Amino acid sequence: MKKGNILEVSNLSVTLNREEIIKDLSFQVEKGEVLIVLGPNGAGKTTLLKALLGSIPYQGDIRWASNKISYLPPNELLMRREMLPLTVEDFFSLKGVDIREVKENLESVGLNEKMAKRRIANLSTGQFQRLNIAWALAKKPEVLIFDEPTSGIDVGGTETVYSLLHSFWKKYGMTIILVTHDLNIVWEHADNVLCLNQKGLCYGPPRKLLTTKKLEELYGAGIKHYEHKYR
Amino acid sequence: MDDKILLAMIMTSSIGAVAGYLGTLMLSKRMALVGGPLGHLTLPGITLALLYGFDVSIGAFLVLILGILLIWYFERKTRLPMEALTAIVFTSSVALTFLFLPAEEVEIALIGNISQLSVEAALLSVVLSLIAFVMVERVYKKMVLAAISEDIARSEKINVGRVNLIYLLAVAVVIGLGVRIVGSLLTAAIVAIPAATSKNLSVNMKQYAYGGAIAGGLAGVMGIMAYQMMGIPAGLAVILCSSLLFLISVVFQRE
Repeated sequence: MKKGNILEVSNLSVTLNREEIIKDLSFQVEKGEVLIVLGPNGAGKTTLLKALLGSIPYQGDIRWASNKISYLPPNELLMRREMLPLTVEDFFSLKGVDIREVKENLESVGLNEKMAKRRIANLSTGQFQRLNIAWALAKKPEVLIFDEPTSGIDVGGTETVYSLLHSFWKKYGMTIILVTHDLNIVWEHADNVLCLNQKGLCYGPPRKLLTTKKLEELYGAGIKHYEHKYR
Repeated sequence: MDDKILLAMIMTSSIGAVAGYLGTLMLSKRMALVGGPLGHLTLPGITLALLYGFDVSIGAFLVLILGILLIWYFERKTRLPMEALTAIVFTSSVALTFLFLPAEEVEIALIGNISQLSVEAALLSVVLSLIAFVMVERVYKKMVLAAISEDIARSEKINVGRVNLIYLLAVAVVIGLGVRIVGSLLTAAIVAIPAATSKNLSVNMKQYAYGGAIAGGLAGVMGIMAYQMMGIPAGLAVILCSSLLFLISVVFQRE
């Protein structure tokens, strides 16, 4: 593995139910990098994350230089949070973490230890998404993998989630691999972007690659974008 | 209270408690009704036991293990939902059973019978229930996380296949023991009802898990008392008492 890289993917192909979802995909991620995976629905973004986690069978090569990986599909959690009477404290205990150990992270996301006994089903969606971030960071992971962390929450909540992720990234310098549909986030936070439409359509810095032509290729004609001048 | 009733009470409450505890996980995996098909899966084993005169729990357990291993293998191989695979295996086993089950034994196979209970069988049931409890307690949190999301569980380095297998083996033990009391027809009730009762009354995971055990154990004690006082079949009495506890929990439900 090349020095400085935390992940190397070569010639990755994933076939599920006899359908080729990902075809011959190669990319690499450096330590501390923010990689954003873009693509239309059904492009294989979640499948890619599952392959990276080793949850599904694949062909090709996936090499990690770290095993401190935290994965979060917040939408899935949101849907299932009422399944059991879990308190905030219980939720952390599933990760083997005592809530007192994560006091600082909880406060950083606007929650506190006093909420330990509250049921996660009774938290607002915004509170729950922020709790997810604190949960994902609980064991100080070197890599954070987030699958659409803001689906189902409003614009204000979305802004909060991404600024929180950004501040934790600045503080801890972990690698972030993020699936999102939000192009603003790509311009603001991504070091590299991977455009996925079964096979990798493009991979590299957003400023270089995210042209109107590429986006049309990715999402179909009719998409408009405005390049941001800041990051 | 005579010794036989005391023995039946100890055995039934032990099995009921562990079944309730395991049931809290089944409810979280949205597979509470899997207990039913698994109970039916025991029918060929019970039939063999009744035909050749050995303990019904042994027959039930052996066939159940075979069935569960088949379901586990099919799941890994096909990735079909466990409920669907359980249905395939259990319907086949029910069909097979009724080819051989003598008509006069049908009631025992379907709703259980504790009248011939021996001290050895009761003690063995208690010990096996305890073993199943300890097995599941060790993987309980991992199972909860896997029930929420198998991908998250894997990213937390949990061997999901392994914990599922441990859980299913414990379920097999409890269902195998449970058929002695409630028969193969009603096993879903001993895992599903106490868990649902506990969910209504608990405010955190610990209360929920142990609440399932308490509700299951209590239904066992009440059921055997009803069996002794009213002479109704023990299995039916246990289930009805469990349903009564559930109704009470609905009234006192906590948010």
